[in-house]
Amino acid sequence: MRGLEIRDLVVSVGESKVVDGLSISVPAGEVHAIMGPNGTGKTSLSKAVAGHPDYKIVSGDVLLNGESIVGLAPDEIARKGFFLAFQYPVSIPGVSIANFIRACVNARRLGEDPVNPVEFYKRLYEKMDALKMPRSFTARSVNDGFSGGEKKRCDILQMLMLEPSFAILDETDSGLDIDALRIVSEGVNAARGENIGMLLITHYHRLLEYIKPDAVHVMSGGRIVRSGGAELALELEEKGYDWLKEK
Amino acid sequence: MENVSGKSMEALNLDRSVGDFSFAEDYAYDAGVGLNPDVVRYISKVKGEDEWVLDFRLNALKVFNSMELPTHWASKRLEDLDFSKIRYYLAKGAKKKRSWDEVPEDVKRTFEKLGVPEQERAFLAGVEAQFDSESAYSNMKEYLEKDGVIFVDSTEGLKRYPEIFRKYFGRVIPTGDNKFSALNSAVFSGGSFIYVPKGVHVKQPLQAYFRINAESFGQFERTLIIADEGAELMYMEGCTAPRFETGTLHSAVVELVALKGAKIQYVTVQNWSDNVFNLVTKRGVAEEGAQIRWVDCNIGSGITMKYPAVILKGAGAKGEVISIALANNNQHQDTGAKMMHLADGTTSNILSKSVSIGSGRASYRGLVYMPDTAKNCKNNTECDALLINSNSRTDTYPAIVCSGDNNSVQHEASVSKLSEEQIFYMRQRGLSENEAVSLSVNGFVNDLVKEFPMEYSVELKRLIELQMEGAVG
Repeated sequence: MRGLEIRDLVVSVGESKVVDGLSISVPAGEVHAIMGPNGTGKTSLSKAVAGHPDYKIVSGDVLLNGESIVGLAPDEIARKGFFLAFQYPVSIPGVSIANFIRACVNARRLGEDPVNPVEFYKRLYEKMDALKMPRSFTARSVNDGFSGGEKKRCDILQMLMLEPSFAILDETDSGLDIDALRIVSEGVNAARGENIGMLLITHYHRLLEYIKPDAVHVMSGGRIVRSGGAELALELEEKGYDWLKEK
Repeated sequence: MENVSGKSMEALNLDRSVGDFSFAEDYAYDAGVGLNPDVVRYISKVKGEDEWVLDFRLNALKVFNSMELPTHWASKRLEDLDFSKIRYYLAKGAKKKRSWDEVPEDVKRTFEKLGVPEQERAFLAGVEAQFDSESAYSNMKEYLEKDGVIFVDSTEGLKRYPEIFRKYFGRVIPTGDNKFSALNSAVFSGGSFIYVPKGVHVKQPLQAYFRINAESFGQFERTLIIADEGAELMYMEGCTAPRFETGTLHSAVVELVALKGAKIQYVTVQNWSDNVFNLVTKRGVAEEGAQIRWVDCNIGSGITMKYPAVILKGAGAKGEVISIALANNNQHQDTGAKMMHLADGTTSNILSKSVSIGSGRASYRGLVYMPDTAKNCKNNTECDALLINSNSRTDTYPAIVCSGDNNSVQHEASVSKLSEEQIFYMRQRGLSENEAVSLSVNGFVNDLVKEFPMEYSVELKRLIELQMEGAVG
């Protein structure tokens, strides 16, 4: 299957189990959302899929476009087409956005010539215009001294430039004011298509007003406890999460 | 000070592995192994020096023998230096060439591998290339000669311009300043002598290239640069040596004199092989309204001890040190800066960044001196250290003396560890661990790398990438 398939995944950090038998399947071309209360393992799930060394996959499997990525290095997983938009994007002082993205684009062109700088900047400016990022941003250090909203936009810019086949967006809506949320959502919607699958991790229904999901899953206690259509998000908005825990 | 470098030019090739070759050389003049008055006499005779120079050398040898090693500065490793096993003078005996075609084939091969002639064609105003003890090649653009600019090696400078040379020689750094300045004063050979007349602005950089090609050899170049009133120049030096089984010693003395309103910028990229002891004394005197700026990058050598200094002698003089150090496995970069504020309204700025990799150690050692005889002086010091591995080491030893009216000193220091979350973030975007670490380190030093002329900064970035290879994982 093209897309992301997670089977009975168990993840531990140190001594504690943070994901406990989670299964989910998101085909290419679809956008799914995972919702759930804080501390339920949503971010741990995204870090484990991305190959973070602190998040140990104890059992289960993660298939990207039908191929297991368990045990691969984070950069190998990335080069296979996986992208993670971080809940807290990290700053890289002294490295400009343009140079960073160019290095990342070139890292995917193994054995090929580096990307043509003129074409690269043309594409970069197009995407930045779409995200309403001033062009002067290309010279700024990645996320260094950025506001919360600027960081999230910078992450989405990277996603648009790297054209992954699957992306997890971890709490991309947090820290965004309403205008920034709309701009970021437009960027994400523009990236939607047959060739990309997406999983949105969010705490609130708000984001899903802008990015309509094909399916909504509720995560609790390290696993998916309920799945449904977009209407499930509305139900959660009204009732909160507690009624699910009681089941 | 304005950056006076050229525009987009071929970069100087400073790749460590590129410098890592040597050819068997047959030397016409060889002072043999070990140091005694006869060795000093031999050097002086071969060079055809005047009596006063020989006396200067012999006196320096006495001073050298009477002084202790400065072990309290850096490391016990200095004790590994065996002065009786070093060769102090080696030369081919051929006259220095002014046309590249005339340079002997074997020496030419060495410098061509290092990219010296291409670079000169590209953007330099003049170049001196030193091979072991003596200059092998020297050339300067004609228009500079017309302006009265002198750019020769120190041997020629002593012979042809004794009246200027003698006036300043050994005045900024006296023989007995430290054991290694005394050693240099006894056996110095090569190095550059530059004089820029009043009001002349040398727009393109002048460059020297130093190369050690023989095992157990000591290179002791002596550089003296004088910028007359209102004159401006930029001088750049690059250094390499192949790796030999036994260590080599590089012990230079560099004296700068910036007369009233003059500006001197001195740029160094040091990439000696990691068994070279690099023990260098660098100091400049800035007269009224003059500016001296040291831009210093240390990547190579086993141990470097170097603290470029500016004596701010005239009112309103400015001194600056921009320093980058990379200490990899088994390397100790002990670098820093000294600013002596001896006149009113003098200002100084010290920016230092170091990266310690593996078992490497980087130390910052600084002195800012403002006595109560000077007022309205300002200093700003920032030193930042980055540690890559858990066994990497850094230390900071700032010494500050601040008295007098309205004098102010500001010192900021930081130490950070390579951030694992930052590396993970970059790897998630597809960069390998090495690429990520290298980019992170380049980012850390980036604001200072920008202070180097473009031709050097491009190469510096590449050198840093090479240094980071295999640093993690």
